Amino acid sequence: MAASPAAQPSYDCLVIGGGHNGLVCAATLARGGRSVLLLEAAADVGGAARTREFTPGFKVSAGAHLLHLMPADLLRELRLESHGLEWAAQGMASTALLPDGAFLSLSEAGAGQRLSPADSQAYADYTARMRRFAGALAPVFSRVPPRLGTTDWSDRLDLLRIGWRIRRLGRRDMRELLRIGGMNVYDLLEENFDSAALKGALGFDAVLGANFGPRSPGTVLTLLYRLAAEAAAGDTGLSQPKGGMGALCEALAKAAAAAGAIIRTGAPVVNILIEGDRACGVTLESGEVIAARSVISNADPKTTFLRLLGPKYLDAGFVRRVNHIRCRGLSAKLHLALNRLPPFNSVTEACLRGRLLIAPSLQYIEHAYNHAKYGEFSAAPVMEITVPTLNDPALAPPGQHVLSAIVQYAPYELKEGWQSGRQRFMDTVLDTLERFAPGLRSSIAGAELLTPADIETQFRISGGHWHHGDLAFDQFLMVRPVPGAAQYRTPMEGLFLCGAGCHPGGGVMGVAGRNAAREVLKQDAAS
Amino acid sequence: MTDSPVPHFRQPLLKTPFHERARALAQVDSFIPWAGYTTVDVFTTMEQEYFAIRNATTLYDLTPMVKYRITGRDALPYLNRLVTRDIAKLKPDRVAYCVWCNDAGHLIDDGTVFRLGWDDYRICTAERQIDWLLDSAIGFEVQITEVTEQIAALAVQGPTSCAVLKALGLQGVERLKPFDIGYFSLGPHALTVSRTGFTGDLGYELWMEPDAAEAVWDALMAAGRTRGIRAIGSQALNVARIEAGFLLPNVDFVSAERTIRTGRDRSPLELGLDWLVDLNKGHFTGRRALLAEKIDGSSRRLVGLDIAGNKPAHNSLLYTDDSGKREIGSVTSATWSPTCKRNIALAIVDAPYFEIGSTIWAEIYLNRELVWERRMSRAQIVERPFFAPERRRATPPAEF
Repeated sequence: MAASPAAQPSYDCLVIGGGHNGLVCAATLARGGRSVLLLEAAADVGGAARTREFTPGFKVSAGAHLLHLMPADLLRELRLESHGLEWAAQGMASTALLPDGAFLSLSEAGAGQRLSPADSQAYADYTARMRRFAGALAPVFSRVPPRLGTTDWSDRLDLLRIGWRIRRLGRRDMRELLRIGGMNVYDLLEENFDSAALKGALGFDAVLGANFGPRSPGTVLTLLYRLAAEAAAGDTGLSQPKGGMGALCEALAKAAAAAGAIIRTGAPVVNILIEGDRACGVTLESGEVIAARSVISNADPKTTFLRLLGPKYLDAGFVRRVNHIRCRGLSAKLHLALNRLPPFNSVTEACLRGRLLIAPSLQYIEHAYNHAKYGEFSAAPVMEITVPTLNDPALAPPGQHVLSAIVQYAPYELKEGWQSGRQRFMDTVLDTLERFAPGLRSSIAGAELLTPADIETQFRISGGHWHHGDLAFDQFLMVRPVPGAAQYRTPMEGLFLCGAGCHPGGGVMGVAGRNAAREVLKQDAAS
Repeated sequence: MTDSPVPHFRQPLLKTPFHERARALAQVDSFIPWAGYTTVDVFTTMEQEYFAIRNATTLYDLTPMVKYRITGRDALPYLNRLVTRDIAKLKPDRVAYCVWCNDAGHLIDDGTVFRLGWDDYRICTAERQIDWLLDSAIGFEVQITEVTEQIAALAVQGPTSCAVLKALGLQGVERLKPFDIGYFSLGPHALTVSRTGFTGDLGYELWMEPDAAEAVWDALMAAGRTRGIRAIGSQALNVARIEAGFLLPNVDFVSAERTIRTGRDRSPLELGLDWLVDLNKGHFTGRRALLAEKIDGSSRRLVGLDIAGNKPAHNSLLYTDDSGKREIGSVTSATWSPTCKRNIALAIVDAPYFEIGSTIWAEIYLNRELVWERRMSRAQIVERPFFAPERRRATPPAEF
């Protein structure tokens, strides 16, 4: 620490990284009366929640392309709609594409016409039951997770509260929740349904963005977690911000600025400064030193602890835990510039405006995952596809379209390396798409494929995992990202985490940013 | 040893390079396993061997001690983050007794750190712990190699030990101060000598290639013949180390990496090793927890006990008074001290009963021809070590 920060900190709070969580955190802190500086390495804010031009004239949400987890009260609290957030679509439907050219639409009313009466009834029961479970779990999202093994009453109370909510489901539901909680989604869906198409579509959400196949243990929990997050967000359904995900972050930046936060882009932080065993500021790549009373990192836990802070300031056991966070991404992102509407035969335009799933059966997904276990990409990948230009034509030149797809599985550490693997994977992905949309290839005017390795370098996320770490039993709640840093505070006094690596995790949710800000404000109030 | 034609599973215990020599002298055939090696517990009688430690010179084979070599650009910052002492103050060719802790400030192990060069160190410890050393290396440019099998080690301890080493031809060995390292040769063999030991007496530890082991042993036995040299086993050493107040892992504390029950870990402050903990040297693993413990006070402490009577208080429970109603701790190591003529013990005692000078009570069980008797004995909490002769520090040591 050659340059000692000025004795007088320039800011109360310094937020490293302007992803959606960093922006929410900065806005919440500024609204709490703190002087806040947010530092973003890239030229624009947004992190992986950004809209980018990938082919001249064609723009797309570079990372997540659907918003369904950001709580309605957060949107209201930050008055995002008055800061320019508009909706291109809300309440978007999900449609499963099937190999015979048919499709299965999953809507609120029921799952299409292709289901047997027994499946229809089972689907209604299943949806209602999962919804009740999700409702019971939802309140944990907006709270700081309790610590385990303490004698602190507030921790015990929080644990009791979780238990009480599950108990209050009633004997039958509680028993069922505890029965399925540790199961895999494959078995759960097999128990409930006959239709392979329905099982595939429902199972897909359990493994989207995860290092799992449907037969992996704990996938019911990942599914419940997604549903509970949606319930916590107010069950507003899938929506698409006008202008892509970047527009959401622009609105967040405006909200933060309106509250008094200062946002500096193009300012990469290289390390966190320590003085007297306390975080006291940062050094920028330019060498500039900025002092602050608290430093809040939106970067993923590995980047924050191992690179920006450095193991020498941390205990070895803690560093071991951080080093073992599972954060190797398996999801790739495909962007296609199309000179006409993608020819998904027979799919109605109403369905095309929602999200399309290529996950025709649980076996199909499991086979796709098998490859990833051995460092290969899927021979027949699963996909979540949107055609954002249908709802938001301004993203492409008139009459032309953009296809945006999350493609799994594409392991971060591809055995053959992404240098040579990229083109082969692209061909595989396009072949798969072609099966569901014959003739698509001839309409491609431009294409971009982001592998987890690209996501790592372009968005500065260790492992290219957009949840900043797998959402799994051992990386949930009070053990996310690791014990000792799961309450947004870290072992280093004055240093906080606010990213997707913390509870309640990834997806464009913003809750981690808000919870972290509240924790910083609480600490300030206490000291 | 790894080239042995006998498969490892047919040879559950390894033999040290001194084994053949030890075997020839092990009259009562009393061997015990130690860290994967077969070692001698008693050669003749424990008493005979103990008195050799305090009156002559003894040879003790400490090859099974686990040794790790730490090298690389970050060796010093690495070690300083690992152990609680300030290694920056450790000069080349010096040794430091150290402990290292987990995040909670609880002891993982103790051992000696040898600084053999500018960034060349050796850790010598009782337990294997490559996993902890490697985990601690995340983010540091260091190489960690286990060298246990590459180095044979022999402790030469006792009042005449310096004279024996001089007679062996190690010129200038008398100039080694406690914790110094010196480099010598014996015929074709290189010999590293450190003035360290586990007896609390004058003594040295000799480090050599396994090939040199038997030659060094033979030369020592020849050089020490008129100075009462004798090979000793672990039993005699245990009495000497209790007198010296030294801790034995898994006896006086259990490594925090191995405890299962809560509250069984021990911090260096609890073990009375405050002098090894430098809270001002910068960050090290466990520092924040130890700082908090220092402020809040420890809830128990390892102390020395001087117990009435002459019956060792093995495994005794301790009480505030002779009614035995309020239990406040237990004995971890106990012995009759032949040199001090005192009944001594190391014990863990709860706060606030661990102050020096307080009187507590030990419940001692006596087996009298298969009839167990229980005796409450008065025990006084006293300073450690129980036995600390001037000769352990004298430089140069006395001639014999």
